[in-house]
Amino acid sequence: MSTETQELQAVKKESLFSKKNKRLVTDPLSDNNPITIQVLGICSALAITVQIQQAIMMSLSVLFVLIGANVIVSLLRKVIPDRIRIIVQLVIVASLVIIVNEVLKAYAPDISEKLSVFVGLIITNCIIMGRLEAFALANKPGPSMMDAIGNGIGYAWILLAVAIVREIFGSGTINLEGLGIGKFQLFPEAFYEMGYMNNNLMILPPMALIVVGVIIWIQRSRNKALIEEH
Amino acid sequence: MKALKKLIDNKLKPHFEEGGKLKRFWVVFDSLDTFAFVPGHTTKSGTHIRDGIDMKRTMMMVIIAMIPCLLFGTWNIGHQYLLGIGEITSATPLMDMFWSKMGWGASRILPLLAVSYGVGLGIEFIFAGIRKHSINEGFLVSGMLIPLIMPADISLWMVGLATAFAVVIGKEVFGGTGMNILNVALTARAFLFFAYPTKISGNVWLMGNEGDTFIDGATGATAMGELANTIGIDANSPATEPIRSMFTDGSVYSFWNQFIGLEPGSIGETSALACLIGAAILLLVGIASWRVILSFFAGGFAMAFIFHTFAANDFMGVEPLHQLMMGGFFFGMVFMATDPVTAAQTNTGKLIYGFFGGLFSIMIRVFNPAYPEGVMMAILFMNVMAPMIDHYVIQSNIKKRLKRAAVAA
Repeated sequence: MSTETQELQAVKKESLFSKKNKRLVTDPLSDNNPITIQVLGICSALAITVQIQQAIMMSLSVLFVLIGANVIVSLLRKVIPDRIRIIVQLVIVASLVIIVNEVLKAYAPDISEKLSVFVGLIITNCIIMGRLEAFALANKPGPSMMDAIGNGIGYAWILLAVAIVREIFGSGTINLEGLGIGKFQLFPEAFYEMGYMNNNLMILPPMALIVVGVIIWIQRSRNKALIEEH
Repeated sequence: MKALKKLIDNKLKPHFEEGGKLKRFWVVFDSLDTFAFVPGHTTKSGTHIRDGIDMKRTMMMVIIAMIPCLLFGTWNIGHQYLLGIGEITSATPLMDMFWSKMGWGASRILPLLAVSYGVGLGIEFIFAGIRKHSINEGFLVSGMLIPLIMPADISLWMVGLATAFAVVIGKEVFGGTGMNILNVALTARAFLFFAYPTKISGNVWLMGNEGDTFIDGATGATAMGELANTIGIDANSPATEPIRSMFTDGSVYSFWNQFIGLEPGSIGETSALACLIGAAILLLVGIASWRVILSFFAGGFAMAFIFHTFAANDFMGVEPLHQLMMGGFFFGMVFMATDPVTAAQTNTGKLIYGFFGGLFSIMIRVFNPAYPEGVMMAILFMNVMAPMIDHYVIQSNIKKRLKRAAVAA
C-alpha cells in the first residue's frame, strides 16, 4: 500500500520539464552521444555526410522516426508481449520509415534520390532500436519523447559537423539546392588558379570515419570522465 | 668544444629549466641540446647491459643509408628535365652537364625537404609540449622519406598537408613515435594519392618551369603508367608493340636503365642500385631486418614469376626480375617494409609479413590499372596485418611448447 502511494506522488511531482527529464535531452548531446560515445548509427554517418543537405534531411528523418517510434512503443509498452517485442518494434519503425520515405520522394525528390537506400536503412539504425529497447519499453511517453529528441539531436549535430567539414574541403561548395536555397561557391576561382584543389579523400567514406574519430578525440580530451582505464 | 658546452649548460640551460623564463620551450632546447651532445644522464636503478646505439643514432644511420637515393634522385630529376626539353638526348654521356642537373634537382628537392621537416617537426614540437615529453627523433627519417616518395612536380602545400595528416592521424593519435600502426611516410603518400589523384597517380610526371616546351615523345610517363595501358589487350598483340619496344635492351625502360634508375618516377625510388647500397648500409649496422628484405624480394619474385608464366597481357609478361626493378619496389622493400615499428616483430612473422608484402605489391600493380604502383598499398596493408601475424606466430609457438610439455609429463 505504501509503495503505491509513493509511486502516485512521484507521478504527480514529475513534470515533463523536470531536471531529470531535461537531462534526457542534454545527455545525448555530448556526454552520452549516440555516435561518438555509444558508437551507434555509424554506417549512415559515413554514407550520407558528403553534402550538408543530405545530412540535414537524414537527421530530420531519423529525428521524426525516433520520436514517433519511442512514443508509440512507450504507449504500447504494457500491451506488447515480451517475446515478440522486437518484431512489433520493427513493424512500428518500418511504418514510420515508409511514411518518411514517401514524403521525401514527394517533396524533396533530388535529396531522396541521393539518400537512396539509406532512408530505408533507418529501420536498422542501431540508435532507434537501442532507444526503444533501452528506454521506451520501460518509460512513460513523456520522458520517452524527451529521450528521442535528445538522441535525435545528438545524432544530428555530429552528422552536420562531419558533413560541413567534408563538403567544404571535398567539394569547395555548400550545396543547398535540394532545400531550395541554392548553391554557394566557397573558394574564389583565383584560389583554384593558384593551384588549390578540392580534397578528393574528403568525398570518400574513410575520411568521414577519420572526421568522426577526430570529434571523439576532441571530446575525450576535454571530458576526462570519458577516458577508460587500461 | 668544452667551452661551448659550458656556455650552453651554464648560461642557456637555466632559462629553459623549471622556473626559467623560457620553460615552455624546454622540449625544443632539450632536443637541440641532445642533438649536439650526448645526454649526460645514466641509468638510475639496477644495472642493464646497454648498447651505445640509441634512437637518435638509429635514425641517423637510416638517413645515411638514404643519401645515395637522395643524391641519385636529385641528379635524375635534372636529367629527366633536360631530356624532356630536348637539351640532351639519350645518347649524350650521362655525366655531361652534371652540375646543372644537380642544381635543377636540388631546386626541386630542397623546398620539399624544408616543407616536410618544417611541418612535421613543428607538429612534433607542439605535441611534445602538450604531452610534456621530450621530442622523439622518429620524424627525422619520415621527414626524409616523404620527399623521396613524391613526384618532383608536386605542390608544396600538398606535401605540407599530407605531412600534417600523416603525423597527426598516422602517428600522434596512436601515442607518438613507436606507437604508430601505419608507416608515417606511406600514410602521407596514401593521403595525397586519394586526395589529389591527378597529381600523384603515377602516370605522367613531367615537370618544368612555366613556358618550357617539351619535345615530341617526351611524355614523362613512368614505366608502369605505360604498361597499365596494355591491360585488357592480349599479350604480344600488334597494338601494344610501341609500348613493348620501350622495354627492350637499349630503350628507355630497359632492365639496366631501370636498375640504375634512368627513368621518370618519384624522386628517390627510381634507382634500384641506390636502394641496394642503402640496404647494404642498413644490414651492416644491423638496423633493417634481413628477413623482411629477403622475404619481400622472394614474394615479389614469386608473383612476378607466376604472372610471367601465364602472361595474359604485356604487363604480366614482363620478365620477373625486370618487373621488380620497376617503380618503388626496391625503395619500399628497403626503407618502408623494414620499418621496425610497423613491421612484424617475431622472426617467423617477419618472413610471412615480407613475403606477402612483396606478393601483393606485384599483384596490385598488375591487376589494378587504377593503381599503377602497388607497393604503397601492399606495405600499408601488411602494416595493418602485422600484429595479427605476430599473434598467430606466438600462439602456435605456445601450442607447440605446451604439446611438448604434455608429452614430457
